[in-house]
This record gives sequence, structure tokens and C-alpha cells, in this order.
Amino acid sequence: MDLFGIPAPLLFGQVLLGLINGAFYALLSLGLAVIFGMLNVINFTHGAQFMMGAFVAWMLLNYLGIGYWGALILAPIIVGFTGIILERLMISKLYKLDHLYGLLLTFGLGLIIEGLFRNEFGSSGLPYRIPVELQGSWDLGFMFMPVYRGWVVLVAVVMCLATWLIIEKTKIGSYLRAATENPALVQSFGINVPRMMTLTYGAGVALAAFAGVLAAPIYSVNPQMGANLIIIVFAVVVIGGMGSILGSVVTGFGLGIVEGLTKVFYPEASSTVIFVVMAIVLLARPAGLFGRS
Amino acid sequence: MAAPAAGGAFEGIDAEKEALWGFTKPQLFAFGVMLAFIVISPFYLYPVFLMKVLCFALFACAFNLLIGYVGLLSFGHAAYFGMGGYLAGHAAKVWGATPEVSILIGGCVAGVLGWLIGMLAIRRQGIYFAMITLALAQMVYFAAVQLPFTGGEDGIQAIPRGSFLGRYSLASDFTLYWMVAGIFILGFLFIHRVINSPFGQVLKAIRENEPRAISLGYRVDDYKLMAFVISAALAGVAGGTKAIVFGIATLTDVFWTMSGEVVLMSLVGGLGTLFGPVVGAAIIITMQNYLAEFGAWVTVIQGAIFVLCVLAFRRGVVGEIGRILKVRL
Repeated sequence: MDLFGIPAPLLFGQVLLGLINGAFYALLSLGLAVIFGMLNVINFTHGAQFMMGAFVAWMLLNYLGIGYWGALILAPIIVGFTGIILERLMISKLYKLDHLYGLLLTFGLGLIIEGLFRNEFGSSGLPYRIPVELQGSWDLGFMFMPVYRGWVVLVAVVMCLATWLIIEKTKIGSYLRAATENPALVQSFGINVPRMMTLTYGAGVALAAFAGVLAAPIYSVNPQMGANLIIIVFAVVVIGGMGSILGSVVTGFGLGIVEGLTKVFYPEASSTVIFVVMAIVLLARPAGLFGRS
Repeated sequence: MAAPAAGGAFEGIDAEKEALWGFTKPQLFAFGVMLAFIVISPFYLYPVFLMKVLCFALFACAFNLLIGYVGLLSFGHAAYFGMGGYLAGHAAKVWGATPEVSILIGGCVAGVLGWLIGMLAIRRQGIYFAMITLALAQMVYFAAVQLPFTGGEDGIQAIPRGSFLGRYSLASDFTLYWMVAGIFILGFLFIHRVINSPFGQVLKAIRENEPRAISLGYRVDDYKLMAFVISAALAGVAGGTKAIVFGIATLTDVFWTMSGEVVLMSLVGGLGTLFGPVVGAAIIITMQNYLAEFGAWVTVIQGAIFVLCVLAFRRGVVGEIGRILKVRL
């Protein structure tokens, strides 16, 4: 079976790969958007925290014998906790200054974390096995789908929806949205806004770490895995605009698919296509697809 | 960015009075010290190391023109630095151009690249501007990996130093040093001239209050773009000079880590100060020289300096000296 002159398994295979990349774009840009909405800080450390999630999963397995399922819960909590410490000790000191200082600080923190992991583990990458329950693949008729890849896409969609539900439909979420609009007013109602900011940062970081655990069996666990990804995620954020939660999720998955399709039809451009899309969006709709100008 | 060091508190004090060529008296003194250092140092220090410092100092000055005087944080200046290097290297090696022409070509191409990227980036402000410049610079990096003339992973190697104006051979480090020093001083004075021109005054007005500059009838976007092009072109000149000095142009110079380094240099020296980027470049390059054997620790230390500067030392070295002496440097 051929579609557009391309064998169907190849086409769907790349679309699936694109969906998986898109899942990570969506999870990471979602975390960035939540943190930016509340703290007004672009978290440049996000890539390093994604990488930490994968490494913590690896360490849990190799040092403590805790497997994938335990890591999926524990790694985000551990990394999220380190995020809370960073926010309390450093990031919170910058809220009154220009936003760019937050970017510079988190960039520096990212360099430190990456360098430390590179000293400890080298840059070659460590293997992390797919859990037994998720090994093998399904025969979909037109292609074979590895179970783990389907699992990643499914879990990412569920996590994104859960985040959206928490922010849009719960009481905590309503405080969060109110504090994004007007922190002083929310605080005057007796809500502890600084603590909410700390917890928001922790949650955003935990989301990055969660993505890191998901990524561990697919990509090799190495200290640079987050750094290059985060730049693409920045482009995704510019394209989607940080105004809407669902917007960043849709943009993330959509761009993943675009990237996958580019690999089929014009492989040379696959590493740059997202940046080209960003340039076009900037020309046509500077505020981003879902952004409020 | 809300003018971390320049402007603000220092405006209107007596030292503001211009002494010569737009320099205030303290600035003129500092410029004299810098010139003296440039002339004397090659007799005592390794010229190749000094040339590296001068290249990065010019690069940092070009970057600082944007962040310090227009308030735009470009997180992708490696693109212009690296492309300047590639083009200068290609011109010198393949086209057989003389070094000064090669460097000029590198600067021009970087300027054109800056015009293209700047046009897109100035459509957004603040944090988005930083993200867009970073993303587009990464695109330039991927292009450099794939384009045939950059040599991909190998880069352009064995770039000839050639002869200045086709006449004076630059084979000796010492001779080459004077050309590099000349390029740096010209670039430095050019930036100083830009800052002190009516054009530069408008740039500062945009930095301080963009809506007001618009309401006064200035076409803010044109000014920003022009500043961006100048900054990119000078970064390209710096990169081209570095390629001629070391005889190689590689992917390292286009990668985002290089963009981070130039931010760090300006931050350490003092954003928005005239001499800060020069001092910052000297500090960071010296540090890299001594720490080279520690491998990945260099990244950790650079990150730590970033954190330290942002949390406790936002004026940078030159900014702090200026604050203590109550002058603007």
C-alpha cells in the first residue's frame, strides 16, 4: 500500500515517531507555560530537569532496585522537590527584577546541573530497559506499533488533559488563574501567593521530570538529552503562544507530526522545519497561534 | 531590560561632561589604560591568547550594544560569530582573499544574516525576543552542520593567515597581533560612536520607554533592526578575525553554548557599560585557559558565575567600579 508514493509503513512509522516527539514537546511546553504564567520566569533549567528525571529513574533502578513504575511516581517527586529548593533559594529573589534575569539565572542553573551530571556519568549515555509489561508490539494491520511508544503517547495525552482539568476546573486551579492575573488582589483575600508560586514551580519541574522518565527507555539517558530539546521547545512555545494550556498541547503534538512528515518527504529539513514554522508564524501572526497579544 | 548599570542614577552628574570624542573624562582615562595595555601586553604575554581575548572582547561589545543600549537580549549571537568565521575562512582559503577582505566579507554576511533574523525577532519583545533569537540561531547551527562549504563536523581547517593588504605577511603571531588589535580598536570606537550619535540616543530612549519613543514619532522597529544588524555584523567581524587567527572555523562557534558565553562575558563585565564586555571577555577567556584541564567542570563553573552574577553582582565588575567611583565607565 502506498500513500503519496511513500510506503504506508514508513509514512505511519514516521508519523508515530513524530507523535512521540510531539508528546515530549507538549509535556515540556506545558510545564514552561504553567511556570511562566505564574512566576513570569522562562525556566531555562527545564531541559536539565527533564534530563534529571531520566537520570533519577536510572539511579533508582541501579542503586535501589526500584523499577520503571516506581520511578514514574518517585522521580517527578524527587526532581520537583529540588525545583522547590531552587525556587525558594534563588528564583524567588528575582521576581521584582526584569524577567530577563530569571532567564539568565535558570540558564546558569541548567549549565551547572548538566556539567555535574557530565562529570559523574560521562556523555556517552546509559541504557534504560523498557519495562516487561510494555515490551513487544501490536500489529495494526498497516504497521507494527511498539507497545511502549503507544504508551508514551497515551500517557502524555492523559497528563496534558489532567493538567488542563486541574487548572481550568478545580478550586486550586482557579486560585492559580486568579493569581496569574492579579497576584496582589489574590493575596489580599488571604491566599498565600508566594507558596503557590513555589508549588507551581515544583509542579512544572515535576512535569518535566515525568517526561524525562517516559523518555528514558526511548532515548539513551545522557546529560545532553535536555539541552537541545529545550531550544526546540522554546520554538514550540513561540509558535503556540503561552496564553492557553490546550494551545501549547495541540501545538506540541502538531509540530511533532510536522517534523515526522518532513522526515519522510524532505529529510534534509527535518532538523530545521520547526524553526521554519516559527519564522512563518512570526511573520503571519506574531502573537503565536493561540497567544493573546 | 531596565538599564542595570548605565543611565539611571548616573545621568546628570558632573562627570557626564564630554571631554573628547564623546568620552567623559573617566572614560577617556579608562580608554587610555586599555590602549596602553593593548600596546604593552604582547611583549609580556602570549600573543595568540591576547588575540583570542580581543576577538571575544569585540564580540561581547557587539552583543552589549543590543542588551545594554537597546535593551534587547539576543540569545543567538553565536550564529553571527560563527557564520562570520565560516565566511572569512572560506574567503581566505577557497577564494584566496586577503585577510582584511575575508574578515570584511565575514562581517557583511553576518550583517545580512542579522537583518534576516532581526526582522523576525523584533516582532516580539522581552523574553520572546530571547527565545526567538536562540531558536533561529539553532537553525543556523543545523544549516552549518549540513551546508557543504562549512565542512560539517570537520569545519574549515587550515585557513591561511595570508598577507595584510596582500603586502605584509601575517605568518608571525606578533605581526598578526597588531592587525587584530587594530580591528578591535576600530570596532570599539565604532560602537562608541554609534552609542553617542543621535541614532544611539534614540536607541537609549527605546530602552527606557518604548511607547514614549513611538509616540514621539520614531519608527522604533527600524531603529531596533538597524542596531541588530550593526551588532550582528560586528559579531561576524569578531568571528572572522578569530577564524583567521586560529586557522579554523568550526561548529563550536555557531553552537548555543557560544551564545551563552558571550552573554556571560557581558554580564561579568557589566551590562550597558562601555568597558564591561572587554573586561568580562578577558576574565572569562583567562579562566577558560586555566581551567581547560578540568573538562566539564568549566561548564559548572560558568553556570555558577552566571548564578552568582544574577543574584548578587548584577552590575558586573566595571559597573561596580563605576558605582564606587561614582563615574560611568
